[in-house]
Amino acid sequence: MRFFVVKRHIRNRLHTNWMRICIILVISLPFLIGIGLLIKSSFLLKDYSIIDLIFSKEWKPLSGKYGFSPFIISSLWVTALALIISAPICLLSSIHLTQYADRYVLRIIHPVIDILAGIPSVVYGVWGILVIVPLISRYIGPFFGKEISGYSIIAGAIVLSVMIIPFILNILIEVFKTIPHELTEASLSLGASKWQTTKFVLVRKAFPGIVSAFGLGLSRAFGETMAVLMVVGNVAKIPEGIFQPGYPLPALIANNYGEMLSIPLYDSALMLAALVLFVVVLFFNLVSRLAIISLEKNK
Amino acid sequence: MKTGQKIEVGFFRTIMFISTCIIAIALITIIISILVNGLPALSWEMISQTPKGGFYFGKEGGILNAIIGSLYLSVGASALAFIIGLPVALFMNIHLIKYKKLVNTIRFFLDLLWGIPSIVYGAFGFSIMIYFGFRTSLLAGTITVTLFIIPIMIRSIDEVLKTIPRGLLESSFSLGSTKSETAYRVYVKQCIPGIVTAVLLSFGRAIGDAASVLFTTGYTDYIPTSLSQPTATLPLAIFFQLSSPIPEVKNRAYAAALILTIIILIISLLARFFSAKYRKNKIS
Repeated sequence: MRFFVVKRHIRNRLHTNWMRICIILVISLPFLIGIGLLIKSSFLLKDYSIIDLIFSKEWKPLSGKYGFSPFIISSLWVTALALIISAPICLLSSIHLTQYADRYVLRIIHPVIDILAGIPSVVYGVWGILVIVPLISRYIGPFFGKEISGYSIIAGAIVLSVMIIPFILNILIEVFKTIPHELTEASLSLGASKWQTTKFVLVRKAFPGIVSAFGLGLSRAFGETMAVLMVVGNVAKIPEGIFQPGYPLPALIANNYGEMLSIPLYDSALMLAALVLFVVVLFFNLVSRLAIISLEKNK
Repeated sequence: MKTGQKIEVGFFRTIMFISTCIIAIALITIIISILVNGLPALSWEMISQTPKGGFYFGKEGGILNAIIGSLYLSVGASALAFIIGLPVALFMNIHLIKYKKLVNTIRFFLDLLWGIPSIVYGAFGFSIMIYFGFRTSLLAGTITVTLFIIPIMIRSIDEVLKTIPRGLLESSFSLGSTKSETAYRVYVKQCIPGIVTAVLLSFGRAIGDAASVLFTTGYTDYIPTSLSQPTATLPLAIFFQLSSPIPEVKNRAYAAALILTIIILIISLLARFFSAKYRKNKIS
C-alpha cells in the first residue's frame, strides 16, 4: 500500500514538472522570437541606420540599397483600406446580430462566420484571383476610366477585408454582450426608442471596445501574407493610387525566401522586415487588448 | 415618432441587414467560385497519384504528395502542440487557480502570441533551422507549425476548462486525489468533447497555413519517408501551380483549392458536432 502512495506522488511530481517546463517554454516564446529576429537583423543595422532604412525609397539589394519605404507604405495602404471597407460592415452587422436579428438569422450566420474564419488564406487568394481581380479590371477600373490589370492595392484590400470580417465581428459581438442589460433597460424605460438606445447608450458605452476590435483587426490584416501576396501585384515602388500594384512587407518576406541565402545582408534585411511586422503587430495587439480588459473591468 | 426618426430607423435597419447579407454573400461567392473552377479539374487521378514527368506542363499526375504531406505535417504539429498545450492549460486552471492575476497575465500573453502573423513564425523557424544546420524538412516544418498553433491550442482548451465549476476541483481534492490525477482523470474526462474541438481547430489552422511552411518544409514531388526530407503541402501546391501560365496546371490549382476547402469544411463540421456535444456534457 505504502508503495502505491509513493508512486502516485512521484507521478504527480513528474506531471507537475512537465507542466512547468511547458509553461516556461510557451511564455519565453515571444522573447525568443523577438531576440532571434533582432540578432539576425543586427547585421544590417550595423551598417545602416534604422531611420534611413525605413524612409529611403530604393530597394536594390544587389547594389546594397535597402529602402523599406515602398513596402511599409504599401502595407499601410492595404491595411487601412481593408479596415475602411470592413469596419462599417462589421459594426452594423454586429449591432444587427446582437440587437435586432431573428433567431433563424443567427442560426444561419453563426456557421457562416465560423467557416469564413476557418478558410485558409490561400483559398482567399484563389477567390481574389478568380473573382475580385477580374471584377476590378473589367468593371471598377473602367468605371474610373483606367486600364489596369486588376492586381492592385484595392484588390488586396478587398480580399483582406473579407478575411478580417469574422475576426472583428466575433470580438464586436463579445463586446456588445459585456454591456449590462440594466443600462439599455433604463434607457428604454425613460421612453427612448430601441434605435435611440442602441445609438446613444449601447454604441457609446461600447466605444472603447469597438475601437480595440478594429485595432485587433488592423494587426491581423497587417500580418496577413499569402492572400494579399497573390492579388496585390508585387512591384517594389511606392504606389501612387489604389489601382496601382503594391508590395506589402509580408509579401516581401514570402517572395524572396529562395534568393536570400546567397547575400548575407539580404537575409538580414528580410529578417528586419519580419522584426518590423512583429513589433507593429505586438504593439497594436497590446494596446487593443489592454483597452478590452479595462472595458471588462468597468462592467 | 416623428417621420424623420422613422426614416432614420428604417434606413439604419436596412443597411444593417444589408451588411449582414454582404457577409453571407462573400462566403457564397467564395464557395461557388472555388466549386465552379475546381470541380471540372477534379478527378480521381488528382487525389490518388503523385506528380509524374511533365506534370507541371499539364501532363498526367496528381497532388497526392501534397495531400499526404499536409496531413503528416498537421497531424504531427497538432500532436506536438497537444502534448505541450494540454499540460499548460491544465496547469493554469488547477495549479494556479488561486493566483488569478498570474493566470490572466498568462492568458494575455497567449493572446498576444496568437496575434503574431504566421510569416513571422516562418521567418523565425527558418533562422533557427539555419542556426542548427537543418535543411528544409518535414521536421523543421512541423516544429514551426507547432509553435504557430500552440497559443491557439492552449487558449481554446483553456476556454473550455474555465467553465468547470470550482466545486469539482474541491471535491476531487477532498477525496484525496493529487493535482495531476484531478487534472488528467477529472478535468480532461469532463471536457473531452471541448478538447477535441480545440484540437480540431488547431488542426484546421495547421493544414491551411502557408506562410509558416513556405520557408521551412520546402517542396518535393515525392511522399516523404522520413522526417529529414522536404515535404509538399497543399497550400503551397495551390500557390505554385497558380503561378504557372499553363491553363491545365492552373485548373489543377483550383481543384487543389477545392480539396483544401472540403477538408476545412469537414473539420469545421466535426468541431461544431463536438462542441454541441460539450454543451450537453456541461455541469452548471
